[in-house]
Amino acid sequence: MQTVFKTSYDQDINLLTKTGEYIRVSIVILMMLAAPLFVDVYYLGELGLLLVYVIAGIGLMILTGFTGQVSFGHAAFLGIGAYSHSILMTAGLPFPVSVVLTVALTGIIGMLLGRSASKMHGFYLAVATLAFLIIIETIIGEWTDMTGGYAGYAVPELEMFGFYFAEVWHQYYLYLGFALFVIWGAANLLRSPTGRSFLAVRDSELSARSLGINVEWIKIQSFGISAAITGLAGVLLAHYLAYLSPETFGVLESLKLLLMIVVGGLGSIAGAIFGAIFVSLLPVAISILRDFLPGVVGEQAGLEPMLFGLIIVIFVIFEPEGINGRWKKLLHFFETFPYYRKSSFVRQKSYLKTERMR
Amino acid sequence: MLPIEDVVRLGFIGVSQGCAYGLIALGFVLIYKATEVVNFAHGEFMMFGGFAVLTFSEGFGLGFWPGLIVACLAMGTAGYLVDSLIMRRIIGQSQASIFILTVAFGFILRSAAGMIWGWSPLSLDTPFDGETTLAGVTLGTDRLAIIATTAVLCTALYMFFGRSRTGIAMQASSQNQLAAYYMGIPVRRLVSLVWAIAAIIATVAGAVMAPVTQLETNVGFIGIKALAGAIVGGFGSIPGTLLGCMLIGVIEPFADYFFPAIKGVSAYIVMLVVLFIRPEGLIVQTYRKKV
Repeated sequence: MQTVFKTSYDQDINLLTKTGEYIRVSIVILMMLAAPLFVDVYYLGELGLLLVYVIAGIGLMILTGFTGQVSFGHAAFLGIGAYSHSILMTAGLPFPVSVVLTVALTGIIGMLLGRSASKMHGFYLAVATLAFLIIIETIIGEWTDMTGGYAGYAVPELEMFGFYFAEVWHQYYLYLGFALFVIWGAANLLRSPTGRSFLAVRDSELSARSLGINVEWIKIQSFGISAAITGLAGVLLAHYLAYLSPETFGVLESLKLLLMIVVGGLGSIAGAIFGAIFVSLLPVAISILRDFLPGVVGEQAGLEPMLFGLIIVIFVIFEPEGINGRWKKLLHFFETFPYYRKSSFVRQKSYLKTERMR
Repeated sequence: MLPIEDVVRLGFIGVSQGCAYGLIALGFVLIYKATEVVNFAHGEFMMFGGFAVLTFSEGFGLGFWPGLIVACLAMGTAGYLVDSLIMRRIIGQSQASIFILTVAFGFILRSAAGMIWGWSPLSLDTPFDGETTLAGVTLGTDRLAIIATTAVLCTALYMFFGRSRTGIAMQASSQNQLAAYYMGIPVRRLVSLVWAIAAIIATVAGAVMAPVTQLETNVGFIGIKALAGAIVGGFGSIPGTLLGCMLIGVIEPFADYFFPAIKGVSAYIVMLVVLFIRPEGLIVQTYRKKV
């Protein structure tokens, strides 16, 4: 087992602490960089989609995992991002300007929603964001002059300074760049005073308030940052899909995002990444599973949502820390090899936190 | 402007729709009051209940009323088991996990229903077909049945919680679980029983809604509108919930008539507007903590 020996004050807030973490993170980044060399074009595209979901997952993780505000409506920001970027690009704005404007727009809409949501709590917020999503979906569907309505909207080609991102690997590197930037930014945010206030608000609003944190303003900030990142994911998703329709950004997409961060592990950036991998691999795994199951079961139309549901139930009951928690336990097992005990990770007894008293 | 007959007709549809929302919302509120869990799968419970009534009354040839009773018993048992086997284990976890768990339940129930009864709409023969003329206005009997059922169930629940020993014990354990334990109230069993009651109400709702909505797997989404109604009313008190659901139910047909572009969304707009003005709903149920 490796003990971290502190030699400077900065060490406490370093992004990575142990040598093993440096090695693992560099290996993953190198593998992602080298992926276009040995991955098939189809799977490279899927990998790009995975990166988009990593960005969206981090967006939702900041709000739900770190600030503790459950949102059922994050697909709305994905939709706003995708549509406003496509509309701005069609209007002739260059890619970088359009991205900046879109991210700013979704951020502002997020802050406005956060402003009205900062007084709500618990499931009121969850249902309010769900209602927001349904309203946005309807607006996108009905505002035919702007969005093309249910007929769909063709996304303009991805082009920057005269260079066309025509090949799959061009787009892949663009996505990778954005994803790495967002991961690095989120990690940095979490060690800043703002990020620490997020955690304080999540753990106890009352004690955060008594420490002098402006809880409402923190929630608004969290909503804004979260919405902006999700909007960025929407921009990239638009270029991946190449053709937008309002149904893409419905309740199911929102649930997928939420499923991602719950299964990945609430409250960690790694959780969002694990969750995105899980969500991208699941449909593949299910289609493979269908071949092995006997005909009657395998051909059922509802098999996929049912397995989705069952997996969530199993995770929430048996591994509330998600894949990330399982990974940490595995790591701990190897680091302290013969000394791992079952009681190392015994869950603390937890009680119902009442909402009726505030 | 609308002729007066249309206003009456739309208003009547609104009231019956509001009653239907109220009937579903009752289940949400009961479970929330007992455990502070919002069961997002409640709409799916209703859908499943409707299908269960169909199976028992027509599949097994029991007839509507005996079939309804058997279906209620079956769904009640299922509700009891859901709490005692699953929901009890996750007390104290983060809200996001609990929400997503109940949503996942909904998914499972919906696909299970689709696998068992197929994905196309089925119709259930109820004694409420046809029309009734009341004071010169012709109304659908099925909609009158919804209003009557809501009134009967609310009275029954009011009597149950106000008068019976079990009901009062449930109220006590909802107000203060620890104190209820000290008084020798079997809190765990009562909580599971509340889930059973909610599932039974959902089954009844599914049965009386069947002539209006048909039996199909997506009916459960109506639960979200019922939830919106309950939130407008302030969640947590039964009169408040009914008030909110009525409000949403009555506004909806008129809004759909005058603004067809936002068909189906008016309930959510009303909810957001109410939440902007009064974040806790119309009838406030939370108390500020005093240190």
